[in-house]
Amino acid sequence: MSFWTDPIKVVYDGLMLLLTGWGLSGAAANVISSLLGILLLITGAMVLDIMLVWVERKVVARFQGRLGPNRVGPYGLFQPFPDIIKLIIKEDITPDGADKVVYNMAPIISLGSVIFLWAVVPLASTIYGVDLNVALLYLVAAGALGTLSIIMAGWSSNNKYALLGAFRQVAAMISFEIPMVVALLIPTILAGSLSLKVITEAQAGGRWFFWLSPLGAVLFLISAIAELGRSPFDLNEGESEIVSGYHIEYTGMKFGLFYAGELLHAFTFGGFLSVLFFGGWHGPWASQYPLLGVFYFVAKAMFGYWLIMWVKYTVPRIRIDHMLAFNWKFLTPVAFALLVVTAVVHSLLKNAGFWPYCFGLFFSNVLLGWITLEILRASTRRQRLAVEAPQPAAQH
Amino acid sequence: MQSPWLYIGLFLLVGIIIPIIPIAFSALVAPKKPNPIKQSTYECGIETVGDSWVQFKAQYYVFALIFLIFDVETVFLFPWALAINALPFFAVAEGVLFILILIAGLSFAWRKGMIEWV
Amino acid sequence: MDASQVIFILSAALIIASAVMVVSTRNLIQAALWLIATLFGVAILYAVLDAGFLAVVQVVVYIGAIAIMFIFAVMLTSKDMRDKGPQVNASWPGAALLGLLTFGGIFVILSKWDGLGKLPGEIPGGADALLAKLGVALTSPELFVLPFEVASILLLAALIGSVYVAMNKK
Repeated sequence: MSFWTDPIKVVYDGLMLLLTGWGLSGAAANVISSLLGILLLITGAMVLDIMLVWVERKVVARFQGRLGPNRVGPYGLFQPFPDIIKLIIKEDITPDGADKVVYNMAPIISLGSVIFLWAVVPLASTIYGVDLNVALLYLVAAGALGTLSIIMAGWSSNNKYALLGAFRQVAAMISFEIPMVVALLIPTILAGSLSLKVITEAQAGGRWFFWLSPLGAVLFLISAIAELGRSPFDLNEGESEIVSGYHIEYTGMKFGLFYAGELLHAFTFGGFLSVLFFGGWHGPWASQYPLLGVFYFVAKAMFGYWLIMWVKYTVPRIRIDHMLAFNWKFLTPVAFALLVVTAVVHSLLKNAGFWPYCFGLFFSNVLLGWITLEILRASTRRQRLAVEAPQPAAQH
Repeated sequence: MQSPWLYIGLFLLVGIIIPIIPIAFSALVAPKKPNPIKQSTYECGIETVGDSWVQFKAQYYVFALIFLIFDVETVFLFPWALAINALPFFAVAEGVLFILILIAGLSFAWRKGMIEWV
Repeated sequence: MDASQVIFILSAALIIASAVMVVSTRNLIQAALWLIATLFGVAILYAVLDAGFLAVVQVVVYIGAIAIMFIFAVMLTSKDMRDKGPQVNASWPGAALLGLLTFGGIFVILSKWDGLGKLPGEIPGGADALLAKLGVALTSPELFVLPFEVASILLLAALIGSVYVAMNKK
């Protein structure tokens, strides 16, 4: 067991030796080394967040046919630093009548709820915060805290538009939680556990859950984009409609925390997409060399994040009633149908051998997707014929 | 770590403290020049009219209710999904029955027009 | 003092303090937020007792759905979100006496239980296997399959009831 094959354990053992050598008890040394590990993980996530500002602006620029930041440093790489400095030195204007405690807590809880997610993400076979046996539900719980922070922000700003925007955003976010939770049940069935570490390990050897359940991956992607509050589901934050929604009264670094939280949240969901459906840290030689596993994980998470950005900068914004109808009339029934189909096929075929199982699941997904499209096609055809029906001849 | 929850508790504490640092730093560094016009609430550049209370539609509450029921349902489905590997096919059928009963509820709400946003 | 005892005392203090703030604050939305703090304290207690599933379900269902529904209901129904009446009920001495008697009764009963001074025991089979056992218990015909299906009928009844109530208001 050298540093390259198991870095965290080597460092941890070394630290424990050092701290107990200084005379601390075993439990206190445990707590201190865990704290150091936590600080390292959170700092890594925040540094990643800073880089994501640059990634986001470059990618949106390329999608829109322009260059993006290219002045500050080579290829504009140092652009996030002037952004952060600008946000820090801006004056913090609190609207009068705002509830100060709740007003200040909201951006902290918003960014905090995203940071909490990094405790359970398996970065490599031996590098992760903690192996929680209910990690998938922990994900949903952190999302619930994020929803709460939006209501707090909207209410405490003492502003009609902020309140309206916050309400709409929360109504959309809680609605899309149902297909997301059902899409999360699919890797649970396929891997037999709620723990992200076990789910990643169940995808060893190229047996990614994306091949077994592509419709589940698509479902998770769509509901995750809605949970994030990003376009095309960001009506409540659109600059032109409701003037930035619940962000209106926030200035300076508090707004910066909301913005950074949104970017990190998007990247984290790209990471979850990769962990749940694309094999996480698996790759050539990743099991022996965990640091290589981290590289594969970040690469796949970047791919997921790029998918989310691609959707954002291509598709126009969807209206709130279309959004909610899309969720309750389309996504939720499809999600439950997929769950039923996956459960039935999984329990029928799990003893039938590797290839029948994989093909059975894949084709059942494709079949369900095709049936859904046919139903959609038939219903839109019916609506179009109803509109285009020949009108009775007008009286002269 | 004897219990992963101790780690999670520490993580929650540190994760709440870390975002406070940029805000505290900004409170030290940024100028403070409060001014009644700057601090008035924003309403597209004009003076605010009326209370900051708007007539909210009952639809928000109906969506929250429907969401609550489906949330509780999915919580019931998690242990079922975990145990599916160890269960005979009969148990899978029971779970499917559970889901079907609630889909019947959703279609009832749909037919009664409860999931419209009007 | 064991670590779990310290955490228990801290979270119990959080729960009691937040509960007192819920009933005594005048601002309804702040009362809802204090309720969220109370529920979070209960989730911490569940986690200390090794019931991880219940802890996350508490956050997901209670804080993520029920508390949000409370906030929506408060915002929808009250034009002025402050409570204007007197904060103290006129018959509070009788209520305080009843509360103290109940607390004394529970205390006396618990002190006769020999498990009071011990820490929670080890769960046979480990805490991780509990969830799968819960799943088996919920669907096995000898155990709890009937309550499981009746729970779905109960949820269906709640859905139909809420649709009916909301429809009449329209």
